[in-house]
Amino acid sequence: MKWVPLLRVALILALVGLLEVLCRTGGIDNFTMQAPSKILVDLGQMLSSGKLNASIAKTMSNASIAFVLAVSVGIVVAVLIHTKPTLREALDPLFATYYAIPVLAFYPMFIIIFGLGNVPKILIAFMLGVVAVIVNTLNGLDRVPRVLIKSARIARLSPTQTALKITLPFAAPFILTGVKFAIAYSLIGIIGSEFIMSTDGMGFEIAFAYNNFDNATMYPLILLVVLVSISANMLLGMWERKILSRRGLL
Amino acid sequence: MRSLRGPLMLTTSIFVLWQAAFWMVGDMALRSPLSTLLYSSDLLSRESFYPHLIETCTAFGAAITIAVASGLAIGLLLGLSQLARGVLEPMLVAMYSIPKVTLYPILLLAFGLGMPAKIAFGAIHGFIPIALFTINAVRNIRPILLKTGRMLKMNKMQMVWRIIMPAALPEIFTGLRVGFSLTMIGTVLGEMFASQRGLGYMLMNAIGLHNVDVIMSITLMLVAFAASVSSLLLAIDRRMHR
Repeated sequence: MKWVPLLRVALILALVGLLEVLCRTGGIDNFTMQAPSKILVDLGQMLSSGKLNASIAKTMSNASIAFVLAVSVGIVVAVLIHTKPTLREALDPLFATYYAIPVLAFYPMFIIIFGLGNVPKILIAFMLGVVAVIVNTLNGLDRVPRVLIKSARIARLSPTQTALKITLPFAAPFILTGVKFAIAYSLIGIIGSEFIMSTDGMGFEIAFAYNNFDNATMYPLILLVVLVSISANMLLGMWERKILSRRGLL
Repeated sequence: MRSLRGPLMLTTSIFVLWQAAFWMVGDMALRSPLSTLLYSSDLLSRESFYPHLIETCTAFGAAITIAVASGLAIGLLLGLSQLARGVLEPMLVAMYSIPKVTLYPILLLAFGLGMPAKIAFGAIHGFIPIALFTINAVRNIRPILLKTGRMLKMNKMQMVWRIIMPAALPEIFTGLRVGFSLTMIGTVLGEMFASQRGLGYMLMNAIGLHNVDVIMSITLMLVAFAASVSSLLLAIDRRMHR
């Protein structure tokens, strides 16, 4: 099965090549889609000219703030909920149906409350990501073997020490799954809300370019967003496999 | 009754928190739960509201149909063929993680403004989880069931309908539940950008007019619809997995 990844790369290259041919021969008109080679050239020019650096920095910093908040708050909340079974019983239905709620529909309300700026965007991205972290951390904490908790009690560790030294490290692979979701969700939240209504950021630039038929800006930006999210996900996936194989779980 | 305690506690505390937030923030930015409910019923009695509601429902209905059909088909195909799964599954997983909003302009250019673009946007949100869950469900069927089918000399179609689908149904249903939520998010999101009709459009229009009543009422309706359908699906899902 060693050649399966190669086959995948070949398939992707073939699809991109097909798109290139169709765009060059006029099978797809240039208004709808641009040739992949042209998108790459445009992306290079865009990055080297630096005219969109401010927008890219804005989106990335907002997404990182939302991501850090979602992960830290999510883990702390999960540890707290784990110690209070009644609270957990009350919150379980919320967690179970949470991702059915179109969180981005809250964005208009947040704009009215907080004004058009960074706060409503970060809040949306945080809300999207935090529950994934909580749910996956709880899942990990549920699997901590009792013998570890008993050893912690014998060593007279305080609840905080138990969490930091025993339960959270054990739950790390599960938390990492939540972290992966948090990365994807913080990007989705920030770019999605920039797209709907904003004054800056990559989502805003894409929407702006779309409204002005500026395909030479729109497609490179879309490609950049896609590349960033896929590579972030792949890096975390590699880290996850490393942790799992160290524990012999893979 | 025990199963109802959690959701009841949750709904009550959400309304209490909402009322408290209203007292803190005030009339400019929020409406109280009561006045939102009153305005929602008022909105539902207006003739002019229905074209928007019907638009969103039609788009969502078409999107979920496409998402379920294509998700199941792709899931079954990839679940049954090891080679296709090895090649394509990582691509589906990667697609799952990219912010699909950024792809919306491409869909708008390809399908034009209006219904088809919305449907396509809803469907690409929904079909990936359905496909991924179906792949896993088909792969994890107990081999003895497949062997029994082969022993009975079933053909491919019979295998799919008599053995694979029933055995994989609980897992597939979980995928359908996730797919439902994402399709709904996709459809509403699609209406919030470059659209002329639908609930998402009403939301965007209301921001422009600073119409807090409309924003709160439509948000409430969307959340209530999503939460109740999803709880229903979750209840069925849990029963199937028992």
